[in-house]
This record gives sequence, C-alpha cells and structure tokens, in this order.
Amino acid sequence: MIARDEIETKDARAEISGALTRGVSMPRARGAVRVLLNHHGLIVGGSICTVLLVLAIFAPLFATMDPKAISMTDRLLAPTSTHLMGTDHLGRDIWSRVLYGARISMFVGLSVATTASLTGIIVGLVGGYSRRFGSTLMRLVDGLLAFPGIVLALALIAVLGSRLSNVIIALSIVYLPRVARIMHGVVLELREREYIMAATAMGAKTVRVLVRHILPNSMGPAIVQGSFIFASAIITEASLSFLGLGLPPGTPSWGSILSEGRKYMLGAPWITLFPGAAIFVAVMGLNLLGDSLRDLIDPRLRGATGNARADGGN
Amino acid sequence: MLVVASVIFLVTNLIPGSVGAVMLGQEATAEDIKALDHELGLDQPVPKRFLTWISRLTRGDLGVSLYHGEPVARTLISRMEPTVLLTLLATSIAIAIGLPLGIIAAVNHRSSLDLGALVTSLIGISIPNFWLGLNLILLFGLYLNWLPTAGYASVREDPLLTLQHLIMPAIALGFSQAALIARMSRANLLEVLRTDYVRTAHAKGLSAPRVILKHAMRNAMVPTVSVIGVIVTLSLGGAVITETVFAIPGVGRLMVESVFRRDFPVIQGLVLMLAAVVALANLFVDILYAYLNPQIRYD
Repeated sequence: MIARDEIETKDARAEISGALTRGVSMPRARGAVRVLLNHHGLIVGGSICTVLLVLAIFAPLFATMDPKAISMTDRLLAPTSTHLMGTDHLGRDIWSRVLYGARISMFVGLSVATTASLTGIIVGLVGGYSRRFGSTLMRLVDGLLAFPGIVLALALIAVLGSRLSNVIIALSIVYLPRVARIMHGVVLELREREYIMAATAMGAKTVRVLVRHILPNSMGPAIVQGSFIFASAIITEASLSFLGLGLPPGTPSWGSILSEGRKYMLGAPWITLFPGAAIFVAVMGLNLLGDSLRDLIDPRLRGATGNARADGGN
Repeated sequence: MLVVASVIFLVTNLIPGSVGAVMLGQEATAEDIKALDHELGLDQPVPKRFLTWISRLTRGDLGVSLYHGEPVARTLISRMEPTVLLTLLATSIAIAIGLPLGIIAAVNHRSSLDLGALVTSLIGISIPNFWLGLNLILLFGLYLNWLPTAGYASVREDPLLTLQHLIMPAIALGFSQAALIARMSRANLLEVLRTDYVRTAHAKGLSAPRVILKHAMRNAMVPTVSVIGVIVTLSLGGAVITETVFAIPGVGRLMVESVFRRDFPVIQGLVLMLAAVVALANLFVDILYAYLNPQIRYD
C-alpha cells in the first residue's frame, strides 16, 4: 500500500505542519471576513452547500407536488412552468423528487461524515498513542484500505441488507480509515513534542493528554477530511441507489431517480439529467469547500494539491 | 493478505439471518431452509467454517457459487477479460488526458490556461461516473448513433468491436482519474520548476520544451507515478458501476449480481481477488518508482 500511503502521508504531513505552525487549527474569527474575500473557492463552495442544505431542510416548502404522487395523465412530460424539471414514467414531478432526494443525500452525507470522522478520530488517536494496540489497530485500518470503496460498501450492504441506516453504517466503515490514517500521522508527530512530555510528567492521565492536548491541535486536518468524505459519501450513496442496492425502492433518492429514468432516456432525458446535475453540483461544492479549507490550514499548498479520493468509486 | 482474508470472512459471515432463507424466498418452510443450510455447511459453528475456508483458500480453492453451482475461481476467470481491458483502457485515457493537462497548467501557472485546467479537473473529480456514462450513451449512442450503447464483444472474436464497446465506458471511468493525474502532475511540476537546477538549465540557453520535458519532467514524474496505484483501485471500484451502466459482463457486474443473489462465496472470492489486484498494482508502482528515482532502493 505504499503508493496510497505516500499520498496520504504527504497530505497528512502538509496538513500537520500547517496546523502546527499556526498553532490553532482554524483561522481566528477576527480575520474571517478578509479570509472569505481572499478565497473565491470558499465563497462559491460554501454558498453551494448552504443553498443545498436550505433546499433539503425546507424541501416541503419548495416542492410543488408530492414527490410520490403518481399521475398517469402526466406521464413523461417535458419541463414546463408547472413541472419545472418535467415528470417521470409514473407522472411524478421530478423537481419535487430531486428536492426530497437532496434531503436523503445531505442526511446520508452529513451522517457518514460525522460518524466516520468521530470514529476515525478515536481510532487514529488510540492507534497513534497506544504503544500496545496501536500497530495492530492500524494494520486493520490498512486492511480496510486495501479494497476499492464501493466494493467494500457493496459487500457490507449484501451482509446488512439495504436500509438507510445500513447504508450509513457501511459508508462510515468505508471512510473511517481516511480520517484514522491522518489522525494517526498527527498523533505520531505530536506525541514526541515537549509540551506533551511535560503534561505526562505532571501526571496527566492518557485520556486527558489525548483529549485536552492532542485533539485540539489535530482537529483541522480532520475537518478538511470530513468535507471530502461528505462529497464521497454522496456519490457512493447515489451509486448504491443507482445499482438498486441503496435505499428501499420508491424512496426518492438521486441515484434511484436516475436509475428509473434510464429506460426513458431517449424520449425523456430530463429524468436523468436533473438528478445527475444535482449530484454533480453538490459534490463540486463540497470539493471546493474542502480544497479551500485545506488551503486555509496550510497556505503553502494553495491550489497545489486537491482531494485525492472524492471520486465515484471509492 | 491474511488480515484482508479474515476481514472479508468476518464481514460476510457474522450476519444475523440465514442465507438459505434468502435463497429460497418467502414460501420456503423451516425444514427446507434447515436442509439447505446443512447442505451448504452453513450450520457449522463460525470458527470451524473460518478454518475450512482459510485452508481451502491456501490451496487456491475459493469455494462453489451458491447460485451457479460451479467453482468460484472459474466464474471469476470467465468474467475477467472485459474488466481487465476496461481498466487498462480507462487508465491509459486518464494518463493521456491528465498528464498533458497538468503540464500545460504548471507551465502556464496563474494564467487562464491554468485556471481552465483547474476547473476541468474539479469537474472531473465531481462528476459521477454513471451519470457521465449515461450522458455519453445519450449523445454518442442514441442521438448520433456512432457507438453501441451496451454489451460487449470478446477481443478474441473482433478486437475492433471490443474497442467500440469499451471506448465510452473507458472515458466515463477514466475522466475522473484524468482529473486526479492532472492535479498531481501540476503540483509536482510546479514544485520542480522552482528549483535551482531548472533555472540553471534555462540560463544556459536550453529551449523551454527541452527544459520541461527532459529535465523537469523526470523528477516531477516520480510522485505522479505513485497516483497510478490509487487509480487502479479507483478504476476497479468504478468498473462495478460502469459495467452496470453499459451492461458489460465483467467482474464488476458479477459483484452486483452476486450481492442481489446473496451469493456469498462469489462475493468473498471477488473481494479477495480485487484486494490482491490492488496489492499487485501497488507493487508494480513501487518497482516503477525505484526505476524512475535511483535514490529509492528496496532491499
């Protein structure tokens, strides 16, 4: 796994040194406006994400119809003022379905990003700090990294069954190693610092050292990674739903709308066009946001490297 | 590899619910299910099943498919050809697009060309490959009628037809990887272009293409090559979806079919095989790495 590690260590190292030289993980509020003005990516990415979140949360307000209401007289209608994005083969309104799909995608993305980050942080902290279980734990994490993400997700779904909660669990397991690896790197570097030694010498317990002294100095890279996981989780959930293995049939998720629209693509391309565009815009917004956050944490990397793995398959 | 194998077994075996029940459907009686579970050896305790599985594995026996009833290894081999060709073609496309894009961006740093390359790679990374695939089908398959929209022809029968079938899926799959290569090569080349030896090369009057291609590229390539290992992993994962979109009878499609059928021996074998391929790809990258950079030596 040297190749993958190589990139990861490079990323991690850059992020770590950035976080460490600044002393704080995130820029101070005082400079927030200036920072915003200097980072177009942050503005564009942040706006896209905010708009999508608002649309998702208030989907019932923006939706023009019931997303599940079938109307045989309105089958396969092209976009008009009543049906902003047209209708599907059952006469359901695509705009409303895409809106409710945003709810699912955002919920899955946010849940996976949170769960994977939290568990990844814990695994990384223990893996880096404990001299007894550390290497065994990280070996297991590397074991998980050996599979293409979607393949691991499929295997887990096969075992757990396709339900919303299981999709979240499966994807969290898939993305946990990303955070764990980065945290592991941070902890290994911080562990040898004088202030940690000082804290230990003063009799601070391991948990206290980890939570009070190491965690705050390693949050930056974890947050950046979290935004990339958000993006990856949206694509992977859509892929699973597209394959028919994500959420139960009938649920308006971006992937399943696409999958149902495939058969009618020649006559009614809008059914596949709009949910796909929604995935694309959401993922792009999150990637922009992640890239900008990374630039903020380590200005030396500005525009240089990007998210290595926020891709459909992984 | 043992860790990987154990992870796979644990994941697929520690499930509540019986495989027999899933296979036979809802009308099956409890006795039927029990009989099938016994026939498949699924009523044995988990540790015993694990030992049997591992010992067979060391002899290259991946078990028998619950659905086809034939050895898993044979099923896998029969589905290999399209996936291997698709992954190779996608990786080639990714390199062919990504590398020039990265070089152009780095050489014209902070120009509109650079911005264009960055935006292109952002699009590449964000676009879902199944959606790109569907749009390609719509454009080149259905509207323009240039290429077949689905299916596969074996390379042994008609290589040209194989290429026609694979070119769209390979583009759908390779585009995001191209974006990744573009980003990596741009970043690495930028780093190298700032070094003193490149300035010296310019100063002694060498032409710009010569400096970039002969001097800077060689060093910039070393970290870029390391991405190829990641790209193979991504391509294999992406193949699962792309093969479904384009109805290509490859290993990825088999994975999806097996998940629907809950054919666990096939899923286990497949996941194990993919992990092995990923490991091999990384080994290959390491060797290439040592070849490109004489400072790296593996003892």
